[in-house]
Amino acid sequence: MIAEMLIVLVLVIGTIFNALGVIGLLRFPDIYTRMHATTKATTFGSIFTSLAVVIYGFWRLFVTADSQFLTLAIHAIIAIFALAFTNAVSSHAIARAAHRMGVRPIPAVCDRLEEFKP
Amino acid sequence: MIPFLITTGSVLVFYLILTAGSGTIGLWSLSELVAGVCASVVAGLLTKSFLCHKGDYRMLNPVRLVLAVCYVIGPFFLEMTKANLDVAYRVITMRIRPGIIRVQSDLKSDLGIFMLANSITLTPGTITVDIDEETHDLYIHNINVGEGDEVRPAFRDHELFSLANLPAWIRRIAE
Amino acid sequence: MTDPWLALPFWYPVVAVLLFLALLATVRLALGPTPADRAVAVDTVNTLVIASLILLSVQFNEMIFIDVAIVYAILSFVSTLFIAKYIGGELSG
Repeated sequence: MIAEMLIVLVLVIGTIFNALGVIGLLRFPDIYTRMHATTKATTFGSIFTSLAVVIYGFWRLFVTADSQFLTLAIHAIIAIFALAFTNAVSSHAIARAAHRMGVRPIPAVCDRLEEFKP
Repeated sequence: MIPFLITTGSVLVFYLILTAGSGTIGLWSLSELVAGVCASVVAGLLTKSFLCHKGDYRMLNPVRLVLAVCYVIGPFFLEMTKANLDVAYRVITMRIRPGIIRVQSDLKSDLGIFMLANSITLTPGTITVDIDEETHDLYIHNINVGEGDEVRPAFRDHELFSLANLPAWIRRIAE
Repeated sequence: MTDPWLALPFWYPVVAVLLFLALLATVRLALGPTPADRAVAVDTVNTLVIASLILLSVQFNEMIFIDVAIVYAILSFVSTLFIAKYIGGELSG
């Protein structure tokens, strides 16, 4: 019963943060602020929805002692790490490319990179 | 020879983690063990010049690996939770004051800069936009520049984090 | 062997919400004023699809879905890096 409630809680948190990420993608004014929403919120939300699978796997392993649930949990953990690292690096790549392409942050109080590399 | 052994060992460990729970020798079946050794030897032969091309083996130190795991599940996850609450607040209220600032860092090694840039991207209000290769300065898009901070020419790296001193952790792991 | 807990009722609604969010992200894909905005939208859709695949693997009791999700994450990472190189004008030749 406790494990079930924990899984539901983690799934709800993950879904809320994913929704906030997509709403931020639609609402924010320029690409850099949009990237704040998508990178942080969707990575965090996806980590939490996958964490539900990890909790489920260890819980069923504990109850049934069936090794397929160990495989499920370990593969979900590896998927979480792959997701977090690839999201961080690819958002950095897109931000760098956008600044090189000439997209400037439109509401901005300062732009030190513009002064350094015009 | 040493790069080949390190690459083969890493690939074999990763293969064994992926196939854990398949049989009775420990956690693995005989066919998975044989297939893992064959695949990792082939992968080591093909990619031995990519993983450690600088001849620098300090990340083999188990203390550093344990510290890296502690770093990810401890202070880093704490900062990440705070960052997401911050982003949630700004998505709902649209109270933003964006700008690109310059951050100076003491970290010198490639791995240290890589970890610092990734940590900055996933922690409060900041995204790494570009890195100066010579001086190791990072150019960071901050979603909420403080009042009066837009005239400061440069920041120190530990000023970006409020809950834990992440650059000190990274220095202990990677330098 | 069938496990009665595999039929827990809360995996499908979460997958439905995630796929609806992916549909919303394609609005930014259609609107986006610059190519970089579209790349960000595609990255978001990829992340949401990976999260859905991981949940569906529990629902269908198919371990292979998670392996597909890992490979999908790595392939989408490589494709995003190439898109970034392309729109940044760093691809030579």
